Amino acid sequence: DRLKFTNCPTMIVMVGLPARGKTYISKKLTRYLNWIGVPTQVFNLGQYRREVVQTYKNYEFFRPDNEEAMKIRRSCASNALKDIANYFTKEQGQVAVFDATNTTRERRGAIISFAKEKGYKVFFIESVCDDPEIIEANIMQVKLSSPDYENYDKEEALVDFLKRIDCYKMSYVPLDEEKDRHLSFIKIFNVGSRYLVNRVQDHIQSRIVYYLMNIHVTPRSIYLSRHGESELNLLGRIGGDTGLSSQGQKYAKALAEFIRGQSIKDLKVWTSHMKRTIQTAEALGVPYEQWKALNEIDAGVCEEMTYEEIQATHPEEFALRDQDKYRYRYPKGESYEDLVHRLEPVIMELERQENVLVICHQAVMRCLLAYFLDKSADDLPYLKCPLHTVLKLTPLAYGCKVESFYLNIQAVNTHRDRPTNVNVARKPEEALQTVPEHL
Amino acid sequence: MRGADRSKNTQNLDKRVCMTNCPTLIVTVGLPARGKTYISKKLTRYLNWIDVPTKEFNVGQYRRECVKIYKSFEFFRPDNEEGLKIRKQCALAALNDVRQFLTDEGGQVAVFDATNTTRERRETILRFAEQNGFKVFFVESVCEDPDVIAENIVQVKLGSPDYTHCNTEEAVADFMKRIKCYENSYQPLDEELDRDLSFIKIIDVGRRYLVNRVQDHIQSRIVYYLMNIHITPRSIYLCRHGESDLNIKGRIGGDSGLSARGKEFAKSLGQFIQSQNIHDLKVWTSQMKRTIQTAEAVGVPYEQWKALNEIDAGVCEELTYEEIQQRYPLEFALRDQDKYRYRYPKGESYEDLVQRLEPVIMELERQENVLVICHQAVMRCLLAYFLDKTAEELPYLKCPLHTVLKLTPMAYGCKVESVCLNVDAVNTHRDRPSNIDVSRLPEEALLTVPDHH
Repeated sequence: DRLKFTNCPTMIVMVGLPARGKTYISKKLTRYLNWIGVPTQVFNLGQYRREVVQTYKNYEFFRPDNEEAMKIRRSCASNALKDIANYFTKEQGQVAVFDATNTTRERRGAIISFAKEKGYKVFFIESVCDDPEIIEANIMQVKLSSPDYENYDKEEALVDFLKRIDCYKMSYVPLDEEKDRHLSFIKIFNVGSRYLVNRVQDHIQSRIVYYLMNIHVTPRSIYLSRHGESELNLLGRIGGDTGLSSQGQKYAKALAEFIRGQSIKDLKVWTSHMKRTIQTAEALGVPYEQWKALNEIDAGVCEEMTYEEIQATHPEEFALRDQDKYRYRYPKGESYEDLVHRLEPVIMELERQENVLVICHQAVMRCLLAYFLDKSADDLPYLKCPLHTVLKLTPLAYGCKVESFYLNIQAVNTHRDRPTNVNVARKPEEALQTVPEHL
Repeated sequence: MRGADRSKNTQNLDKRVCMTNCPTLIVTVGLPARGKTYISKKLTRYLNWIDVPTKEFNVGQYRRECVKIYKSFEFFRPDNEEGLKIRKQCALAALNDVRQFLTDEGGQVAVFDATNTTRERRETILRFAEQNGFKVFFVESVCEDPDVIAENIVQVKLGSPDYTHCNTEEAVADFMKRIKCYENSYQPLDEELDRDLSFIKIIDVGRRYLVNRVQDHIQSRIVYYLMNIHITPRSIYLCRHGESDLNIKGRIGGDSGLSARGKEFAKSLGQFIQSQNIHDLKVWTSQMKRTIQTAEAVGVPYEQWKALNEIDAGVCEELTYEEIQQRYPLEFALRDQDKYRYRYPKGESYEDLVQRLEPVIMELERQENVLVICHQAVMRCLLAYFLDKTAEELPYLKCPLHTVLKLTPMAYGCKVESVCLNVDAVNTHRDRPSNIDVSRLPEEALLTVPDHH
């Protein structure tokens, strides 16, 4: 029963010419909101159009005098709005991101009326950009690979898309400080060098604005790794605050070599406040910052126990955890859900930064990875984050490229899969079925 | 020894994310009575609370020190050569003190609070900052709503030393003429002309914001903060849960329920809240039984925040102070030596608490009338934020059980009304004892422990 983010559903309405980053923002924002626990979904008008008009011929479809096409496009918008209403009423959605150009006052008026009638709040996000280089880079990154241009070669696609943009330019009426002063919106200029924010209504809109003002598109990579193998890892014990085992120390050295080999510009290194991540960072020989927020999940009464001991002393808790590993909170400890909450400032700062290496822990790394790879709360606690493996995440198009580097230093496996029987009445063997080996 | 390790490595262990690599100069911009000083003071309070050493430098105060008696608005006339000379000197004196604070005194942020309405003045400041290696972030407040301006003048100008010898009408008339003196030469920050500067333009007390070129983390936090504060009149009620079973036994932490007297308090609290007739009151609790049980008796919907949970005393959870002295005498002494930064083994420090309470403070700023039912250490942290208490004072603020504090923003600060609901409770406040040396005797350590069963 945490802080209610919003009392009524919110429609986020994108505004802007094609190739201004609307879909990029829509997807990223949706990923962030879902990660912090706000059920959000994107409704991309282009997809609706592609379902109706099976094959895209060329930009002529978007000509403002193409009556037939206009009819289809209006009908698609109407269907998208219907689906949004459905998402709110039947699927417990809280935020819907309506990803379309919405470049005319008329279209926006229709959306506002729709929202008013249904009792939804509306927040506009407009992306304005005049830099031809950015626009072209945009087109290269995401438009050329669109289903629309499957049968085009690169130059033809670029030419057609630019003509497509022209079709919108004539009728484009940007959000206006004066005329639209009663609306709630943020105008993003030139990929974030400037913002105009008008009438933020509530907490969720304030969080959205803060998030949008912190993200950037400068190319960079984020390296995620756990600490080197620890003494407690070897013993199959969870939590605690021990130092590295000898294998762990080898890993720290290997990590240093790996990082040097990557020749990363201006790398920031972050660790938790726990010995094992700090000792790992020490081997790198570069300055690092410690975040208490990166500390491993607090296992409360189960700290430093083996799974066998947990089964012996807290069999019911053990089963409850398997039933809902994301929300389950160790007695006097934390849940994955709590972890996500305390990691939010870390994610926000990761968004602001460029090249960063985060040396953390299994549960923490799962939470961070889930954010970058858009994993659900159900998948998150079972993501594989083995010791002695570095994940290199590089933002690409609308998502994230992942490269996995196992540094060839042996380590125990600490990954316990969900066993088949999660019933409280299960036998000890059934509970311990998936426990990895240890000393 | 553990203690020695701690003191040697404390710097390292507590090294949080670097807010900013070089000092930042925040420069306010705007006509008189646009809330610049209000923003300066509030922002300074917030930054200090989140552990960013910040200080404000109000040029008006420098002027008052120079020109002992304020005669009239004529001092501010743009054709008053002598006046201009003095004002420029004051600005430079203030900048000099800024330099000292940021370069020699370990300051991280300085707030230069003045009108700074001409491009020329701002250029001077930019050059100064560049010479000294400071980043500059402008905060401009633009407002044309006559009601807001009038209210401003009534709230903070009439009480100014400048107007001690004027009656209300005279003061208002003079101040309006003072504003006029600035209007002709006012050059607001411009989207185009100033596009290379970092700034936020606050329009109409927060209805609209223009944000340009946020450079780093601290500027991003400042922008977020400024966009969340408001000036709508409201009150924040702070209180602890009703007396708990563990309170009676003199045990710290834990998650027990209310004692009989605690339940009585909860009922009284409900009655008190009703009698206050508060418009649209939000009620917040922690996720611990004792605050939830207290809220239940108030009988209105409430929201639970894990962030409002009491400080985690780690290995000392549920112990009495006598037991802590017996089992962990060294830790007990270390805590008395630096209660703000001391972290219980496997637990938290007040410093940690402030960090986890920051989102609560941010949301309190957004909200209007709120009742926060929390815990002793938590309440101390929140109170320290509203009343601008230092890290040294914070852990010793008096937050007794069964007492509600009503905080109402007023002028540049906060009015505090303390309401004791007349239900007896144990005292849980332990003052700092005189002897905090690790070699002290048990009696010396336990000197200030309050009575309990």
